[in-house]
Amino acid sequence: MAQFVKKDDDRDEEAEYSPFLGIEKGAVLQDARVFNDPQLDSRRCSQVITKLLYLLNQGETFTKVEATEVFFAVTKLFQSKDIGLRRMVYLIIKELSPSSDEVIIVTSSLMKDMNSKTDVYRANAIRVLCRITDGTLLTQIERYLKQAIVDKNPVVASAALVSGIHLLQTNPEIVKRWSNEVQEAVQSRAALVQFHALALLHQIRQNDRLAVSKLVTSLTRGTVRSPLAQCLLIRYASQVIRESSMNNQSGDRPFYDYLEGCLRHKAEMVIFEAARAITELNGVTSRELTPAITVLQLFLSSSKPVLRFAAVRTLNKVAMTHPMAVTNCNIDMESLISDQNRSIATLAITSLLKTGNESGVDRLMKQITNFMSDIADEFKIVVVDAIRSLCLKFPLKYRSLMNFLSNILREEGGFEYKKAIVDSIVILIRDIPDAKESGLLHLCEFIEDCEFTYLSTQILHFLGVEGPKTSDPSKYIRYIYNRVILENATVRASAVSTLAKFGAMVDSLKPRIFILLRRCLYDNDDEVRDRATLYLNTLGGDGSVVETEKDVKDFLFGSLDIPLVNLETSLKNYEPTEEHFDISSVPKEVKSQPLAEKKSAGKKPTALGAPPAAPTSTVDAYEKLLSSIPEFSTFGQLFKSSAPVELTEAETEYAVNVVKHIFDKHVVFQYNCTNTIPEQLLENVVVVVDASEAEEFAEVATKPLKALPYDTPGQTFVAFEKPEGVPAVGRFSNVLKFIVKEVDPSTGEAEEDGVEDEYQLEDSEIVAADYMLKVGVSNFRNAWESLGPDFERIDEYGLGPRESLSEAVNAVVNLLGMQPCEGTEVVAANSRSHSCLLSGVYIGNVKVLVRLSFGVDSSKEVAMKLAVRSEDESVSDAIHEIVAN
Amino acid sequence: MESCPSVKNILLLDSEGNRVAVKYYSDDWPTNSSKEAFEKSVFTKTQKTNARTEAEIAMFENNIVIYKFAQDLHFFVTGGDDENELIISTVLQGFFDAVNLLLRGNVDKKEALENLDLILLCLDEIVDGGIILETDSNVIAGKVASHSVDSGAPLSEQTISQALATAREHLTRSLLNV
Repeated sequence: MAQFVKKDDDRDEEAEYSPFLGIEKGAVLQDARVFNDPQLDSRRCSQVITKLLYLLNQGETFTKVEATEVFFAVTKLFQSKDIGLRRMVYLIIKELSPSSDEVIIVTSSLMKDMNSKTDVYRANAIRVLCRITDGTLLTQIERYLKQAIVDKNPVVASAALVSGIHLLQTNPEIVKRWSNEVQEAVQSRAALVQFHALALLHQIRQNDRLAVSKLVTSLTRGTVRSPLAQCLLIRYASQVIRESSMNNQSGDRPFYDYLEGCLRHKAEMVIFEAARAITELNGVTSRELTPAITVLQLFLSSSKPVLRFAAVRTLNKVAMTHPMAVTNCNIDMESLISDQNRSIATLAITSLLKTGNESGVDRLMKQITNFMSDIADEFKIVVVDAIRSLCLKFPLKYRSLMNFLSNILREEGGFEYKKAIVDSIVILIRDIPDAKESGLLHLCEFIEDCEFTYLSTQILHFLGVEGPKTSDPSKYIRYIYNRVILENATVRASAVSTLAKFGAMVDSLKPRIFILLRRCLYDNDDEVRDRATLYLNTLGGDGSVVETEKDVKDFLFGSLDIPLVNLETSLKNYEPTEEHFDISSVPKEVKSQPLAEKKSAGKKPTALGAPPAAPTSTVDAYEKLLSSIPEFSTFGQLFKSSAPVELTEAETEYAVNVVKHIFDKHVVFQYNCTNTIPEQLLENVVVVVDASEAEEFAEVATKPLKALPYDTPGQTFVAFEKPEGVPAVGRFSNVLKFIVKEVDPSTGEAEEDGVEDEYQLEDSEIVAADYMLKVGVSNFRNAWESLGPDFERIDEYGLGPRESLSEAVNAVVNLLGMQPCEGTEVVAANSRSHSCLLSGVYIGNVKVLVRLSFGVDSSKEVAMKLAVRSEDESVSDAIHEIVAN
Repeated sequence: MESCPSVKNILLLDSEGNRVAVKYYSDDWPTNSSKEAFEKSVFTKTQKTNARTEAEIAMFENNIVIYKFAQDLHFFVTGGDDENELIISTVLQGFFDAVNLLLRGNVDKKEALENLDLILLCLDEIVDGGIILETDSNVIAGKVASHSVDSGAPLSEQTISQALATAREHLTRSLLNV
């Protein structure tokens, strides 16, 4: 025993020898008192600061009092002339990040150092001061900072520029005033000063496209002294390319020659940055790609792992969009499969999967299986994605690929990884009919031992949709019912729903399902019991083998075509009375989402298809407004309100926009008017509408606006009658008529007498899209199938030459005014064809689904195939008419 | 990618994954425990790799980590996942070589801790708030060394410190000749 102890001691001493052995915060804080000695021992002070820094670095924290004490003691050290000690003082001040009232203590010392003759002091004092300073202090030292930016010592200039970059986040208005000095520093002969100046100048100007473009133009012609600055310039140049290509499709890409030239730079960092920039160009052509791919290919056989990794990661991305361009590198990629670095090997294999041919699949799969357990989850997801696209490319290989997926599904892994696998299997089941049965069984086995509630419920839902359509639905029941016995309440509830779906769809299974559902009536969770009760009652509780009625099926399993947010608002507004809540009163309009939300939602497309959440609508507000006007109260239920359309130019005397409200038999124009002249008061404001170009419309009512004072928006309305249920279109010319009265700006009082005047507005239009509600469906494929081919109308159209495919898609989507589904409105860059799925509700509450297939040829000639399904033949035809006209 | 290249952290760990010196420049790891968790995962995942002759690279939590080992010291530099790998690699190389110069070729944990002030100053000269200040190891070491010339030895014994002082003079001379 004693021996053991001794041994341990020995080893500890040997391994743990450190100058900081047994260091304690309390003792070090005691030591810090030497800072207060009248005769400073600078060596000892340095040691104590190092110890303090060591403690902070190890994650030790100081209390507020301790930190303040140390800080005050440290400020005394400015008396010492010792350069080394001063540097340590700078370091600890930055680490202690003093509060603003403490900062004042050191400000004068630091400002003195900023103007010192010693360059080291100047540079460091600037960095420290800018780190701890706030806005008010900054204005005091601004003058010195501007000087420092153009200081002839590069270290000082860099310190000021880098501090500027940090300060731009907190005090942009001050830093922006330095642009002349920064501009001068960009021309500096010192390599890194130029780099820092360029970074700061770009950040100051980043919102000014023209300035950025000029900056890039001048520097690409001038001298760039450091590889880092060259990398920055490449980034800025590609930004300019990206922004200019939006306006200008034709001709040569600006700065491409510059990027290509950088491929021959002597620094690898620059070569790589340029190659990567080229591969990321929007709509890059294979001719543009070739030189970049060539240098990346050379990097693949480099002895440096970092270079190999960088190259293979970039090529891997290129392989997703331009597999053909990467095939030249396949031989080099093959040799990377056995790379020591697993990340490189994974990226090489996944690139090969994307570019390889069918015969190589099995061999690659074998190699992947060997090292799947060695790599991180992020890379496993990369592999899974590659496998999925491979399987879609070579459907005949589904068996080995599906096997692979099911094997890795059984192994350990985090949620994101498992989700990627499940999503892939779901997609394969959907797209490859042969893979359905085996895929479903793999999923069933997975939920037998799945720790993620989210995945279990998603799979159960999917089973309920796909399971009943298989040849032997009964074999899935066991797996589903096991969930009811073994899992948590959420999973149990969704298992009950799935069981009910089997019961509803497969009549022969009904009696057995009913027995299982009845057992769920005694579950200890409310939701599970409620669901079981609901299903038992609606499906006909006697359990006989009968066909389930169609409307019951629709009620239970049809998709909810109302945006959930709208339903939520309506339910919140509903007050419990005698009258039941009517779901048909919930507005169906999907309001377009704010851009930020779209971005985050678009990041991760969900394969299992969740309907996009819609934010609250303004429909309610319009409805309330209109029903409060007696003239319009008889028009009935509001079908749709358009977005406001401006009828005046911006910055004119009177700003008017119109909102079109569509009713079954009527159309109401709501003119929102704003008077932008302080010296005027408008009275009796009306819009006189000439409907001579809109034959089917007849004016029935006008509601004038009594008074329109300065800057207070008001509304006037005009209502038209139109044939019931008919999507009549027309053009209306508008004139604003009013009595104008002068207002004395000093008193705000209007003169008694006014003058009649009128003001010409732009025309407004009622178009077919106004009769279409944007209503999304959660699963387009299911919705499409359930509508059936009875009223399907298919035709082809030539759209003529178009600027781009995505422009053509947008034009058609806007023309029809329908809701794009499943993100299909986004056209992949550079693609030659695209399909887009749209859904909506046409006036008369007729559900409409549209499938658009676009193709574009080399002369930008766009052709479109339009397939419409709806609940009404005439509506299907009407959609075609909209496009045909 | 319009932003300035940036470094998220620089780590110097020992052969058991303990901190020698670390510096974080990003808010991705707000607490000490999240920092330690990151260090632990990076250390364990890279431990078995051979990063002694050439720098190696790995990805963690959407970050690129480039690393190199020398004796019982593990050097890491982390950047965002869309950062140019070669830029991060240059920072690592600058740090690694500068430490090598400052420790006069004795790159091990003991030496590093005894000269921790030099290591900390070195970190301070390489990156400021995530922005790369300098990547040339000679310049970095030159700046750090020149500051300490008259400061005497850091924590080690006086006798050793005198020996070091002469070594430093030698070093600075050699740097001046470059």
